[in-house]
Amino acid sequence: MIPLVAVEINFYLLLVLKILAITGVMLGGSLPIIFGELKISAHMQSRVGPYYAGGRWGWAQPMADGLKFFQKEDLVPAAADRQVYKLAPYLLMVSTLAVFVIIPFSPDLIAADLDLGIFFALAISSLSTLGVLMAGWSSGNKYSLIGGLRAAAQIIAYELPLVLAVIGVVIQAGTLSMVGIVEAQIDMGVPFLIGGQAVAFVIFFIASLAELNRTPFDLPIAESELVMGYLTEYSGFRFTTFFLAEYAGVVAISAIASTLFLGGYGFWGLDSALFGPFVLAAKVGILAFLMIWIRWTWPRMREDQLQTLAWKWLIPISLANIMVTAIFKVVF
Amino acid sequence: MQARGQGLFKGMWLTLKTLFQKPPTVMYPTEKETPVPRARGVIALDPEACTVCMLCARECPDWCIYIEGHKEEQPPSKEGGRVRTRATLDRFDIDYALCMYCGICVEVCPFDALFWSPEYEYSEMKISGMLHDKGRLTDWLETVPDPPALEA
Repeated sequence: MIPLVAVEINFYLLLVLKILAITGVMLGGSLPIIFGELKISAHMQSRVGPYYAGGRWGWAQPMADGLKFFQKEDLVPAAADRQVYKLAPYLLMVSTLAVFVIIPFSPDLIAADLDLGIFFALAISSLSTLGVLMAGWSSGNKYSLIGGLRAAAQIIAYELPLVLAVIGVVIQAGTLSMVGIVEAQIDMGVPFLIGGQAVAFVIFFIASLAELNRTPFDLPIAESELVMGYLTEYSGFRFTTFFLAEYAGVVAISAIASTLFLGGYGFWGLDSALFGPFVLAAKVGILAFLMIWIRWTWPRMREDQLQTLAWKWLIPISLANIMVTAIFKVVF
Repeated sequence: MQARGQGLFKGMWLTLKTLFQKPPTVMYPTEKETPVPRARGVIALDPEACTVCMLCARECPDWCIYIEGHKEEQPPSKEGGRVRTRATLDRFDIDYALCMYCGICVEVCPFDALFWSPEYEYSEMKISGMLHDKGRLTDWLETVPDPPALEA
């Protein structure tokens, strides 16, 4: 990508601009999803949901919640491993934010179009396991520890089908670059969801639900049994960080899934350079809605069911998918 | 024959349908529900009918009724008759912070001095405000609905 401003900018000014951009992406992406979750879950349960904050429909509720969290005390348990405990939420946040680097909003609007784009995303998002495990281990609390270990077991199990599902796409597109994958879909005329990777999409979506610890795979946070698992001891700003990271993760994973399977910024008849970001946002919205819909409908799985689904079903199916894709790639 | 996993999609369809239905919520402060006529909102007192017999206070499971009274001498109704005494009510308080709305006091009153009223908006910022005195209990009397018509 050509740098927009070729002149040398003051280091600190650039730093502030970068921080603002990151905050903007993080909040601009997560707050609408948080609000959507509040409102959609309410109406799915025949409730009204937030109603008064902000004047209309309670649109300011996520911001009000955030302000409330900022006012709260940042508690550190006496038994906690202080430094690890304090670092964990930021590690999780960084691993989620780093994924945004390779998401193409339009052919040019991308922080870095790496040759290894999707590989980078999968690699960096594995760091979130470490953040969760750190949080669970350092809290000095049995519920947090169980939650952290469950999260680790789950994320390791579902990382495999996630990566294997992506391999099918990579074989078909012939590139690891995110822009390249989108361009391959635009050249083909249909997104990979229709054009041969439907199975991979389903596997990717299921695995990403597990990666995000969302229902039906929310065993690590399991509010009713583990009282929020690795989040139990967190309060105030650090809890907010975890909370925002979770929803930023929803946005990131949805954006990756949109890019890989739904044609990213491309849509028939719309100029990618101009409408790209909006097309991508719409696709992210659809996937996020699907995640919210599933969360407020399905019950939580049992640990053995969770592992069975990953190892006995998703991994063999995704391996078969890779094989079939490779055969088609070679033959046709 | 039900296919495996069919319930998952049935559930998804149900939540989707519910999403587009209007929630049955009554937006309370702006919009109010009419309570049913025999709703147990608050207990009203008719001090004229009360004879300070203390049955309600004694039957109350929560001991939330406080009654004090004294006897007054009445002049004889006929010349040369005996002087009668009449019980007068000095204090009749119900502590709604304790009351569990069982209605035993209303049932047990032999002189029909206690009534249920469907009014429910008497919350207070301080717990002491939940103690309704005789005057306040008498004021509730205006809100008591007429008894239902007798069956023919």
